[in-house]
Amino acid sequence: MIQMINVSKFYQMGDETVHALDHANFSVAKGEYVGIVGPSGSGKSTLMNIIGCLDTADEGEYLLEGQEIGNYSETELAHVRNRKIGFIFQDFNLLPQLSAAENVELPLIYKRVAAHERRQMVSDVLDQVGLAQRKSHRPAELSGGQQQRVAIARALVTSPSLFLADEPTGALDSKTSAEILRLFDQLHQQGNTILVITHNEQVADQTERKMQIKDGHVMEATA
Amino acid sequence: MILQSLKMAWKAIATNKMRAFLTMLGVIIGVTSLVVLVSLVNSATKSVTDTISSLGNDMLTVSISDNKDKPLAWQEVMALQDQYGFAEVAPLATASVTAKKGSTSDTIRLTGTTPGYAAIQGLTLAYGSFFNVADVNNNTYVAVVNSYTAQTLFAGGSAVGQTVSLGGVAVQIVGVLEDEEGVLGFNSQSLEAYIPYTTLMRISDSVREVGSFVVVPPAGQTADQAQATLTALLLNRLDGDAEAFSIVNATDIANAMESVIGTMTFMLGGIAAISLLVGGIGIMNIMLVSVTERTREIGIRKAVGASYASIMAQFLIEAILISLIGCAIGILLSWGIVFVIGALAPAYNFGLSIGVIGIAVAFSALVGIVFGSYPASKAAHKNPVEALRSA
Repeated sequence: MIQMINVSKFYQMGDETVHALDHANFSVAKGEYVGIVGPSGSGKSTLMNIIGCLDTADEGEYLLEGQEIGNYSETELAHVRNRKIGFIFQDFNLLPQLSAAENVELPLIYKRVAAHERRQMVSDVLDQVGLAQRKSHRPAELSGGQQQRVAIARALVTSPSLFLADEPTGALDSKTSAEILRLFDQLHQQGNTILVITHNEQVADQTERKMQIKDGHVMEATA
Repeated sequence: MILQSLKMAWKAIATNKMRAFLTMLGVIIGVTSLVVLVSLVNSATKSVTDTISSLGNDMLTVSISDNKDKPLAWQEVMALQDQYGFAEVAPLATASVTAKKGSTSDTIRLTGTTPGYAAIQGLTLAYGSFFNVADVNNNTYVAVVNSYTAQTLFAGGSAVGQTVSLGGVAVQIVGVLEDEEGVLGFNSQSLEAYIPYTTLMRISDSVREVGSFVVVPPAGQTADQAQATLTALLLNRLDGDAEAFSIVNATDIANAMESVIGTMTFMLGGIAAISLLVGGIGIMNIMLVSVTERTREIGIRKAVGASYASIMAQFLIEAILISLIGCAIGILLSWGIVFVIGALAPAYNFGLSIGVIGIAVAFSALVGIVFGSYPASKAAHKNPVEALRSA
């Protein structure tokens, strides 16, 4: 599913070159539920941006479903994000002026799915995350947990190859976090590939396989 | 995709109505001034040209500047009518003399002519009748005065049959003209009288031979054809010197008038278009602010798969929509203003000019595209990673 071969990313900070990622090597197979743990500043965000095709690597090869992403154009990257990646962010990243259903619908609009199909797909996924009753509420009218479930529904609606969650429970209390993680378990059992990036060991412990990232190096966790 | 972008744009505008309205204000004012000014000028032009053509569009005025010591006698000019079959020919001369009645005296403008002139100019009489051909032949001391003269000299009493002294000669008034409604709506406030051409020759020393005359072409001939006939005969009469005389065609006057008004429309329209342009700058300004404020939204949209083109389309359509809504409000406003002005001045038949509405819509769309492009491309170029990180 995902394969990273010697992927590096540098940032210029004044005179110094910072290796946000330093020859990262790892792979995730289809249907796996993987957690990547690391403290802040370890290169987590950079890794997530590259996996999520928001950014490209400076060196090395990144293959998503066997395709080399490195020299894709902006438009091609947008296309990949739209079809293959389902993002779940720490602070949900819902559009405040849109209702829950409209937020979920957004990727389908960019995928150019016909309106009547969109309506059906949106209501299906909102059902699946248990928010069928709240579809016309705006994010401000929903609790944190509900907002995160809207975000999961938005990721789910395009049936992506990979769910990419960045600190998905970071803004939630422990009870709500547990609910969200249970939802991830369900998604995993349905055969989806999930990659969770977090600094929280407990969240990572819920996954099948744990990796660590530190100073730009990615390695299998030795628990 | 366009429909979706329209929906998104509408939503963005509806979310911040006050700001959207203020952004539109420039376009609203620009469109209103463009549509109102051009509509008013067009309507006024139409009523002016209608009036000119009602005065006899096919009238020709001949002026002779150099008679080569062979002056045209009035009889010779009158004879042209039968010789060439003109509908009317009337010699024309003017002189200013003192009109005196009892203790009232004032300067009066005398027009010496023949009865045909009344028909050419469409003069209508309120009382009495115009002088006739016999009066011209016998240089009778008779006059037709305008209504202002009758009121001034005879203080409301019937002027017909009364005598007035014109330049020291007693002249009997045979007719009074109707109170005239001038071309631009005001009445003549001067003393004027029409007298036989021959009578004017007696009253005024300066009037001898014919210096100018008016001609109406024969039935079935255009003014241009009659002008050709007149040019040929005058060239023959005046030793082939084309500089010795001039012929003014009423159609030429109408054309000149129209070109003057056309230039005016263009200039007024240009000034209004400049204000529309300023409105466009307002749109660009607010759109730039909006793009900065909505950086995170742009990041989210890009994360879920919006391409460069879809973000560009979204913001560009938003700018065009703002411009066009402003245009629509401006047109409605113009309609109201023109309606009110039309009610205040019914004589002019003021109405919205359809052509200028089309121009306003096209120009507003263009303003939206031109001034929306830069903010839209700025939005589309945002890096998704940085956009998502922004507050």
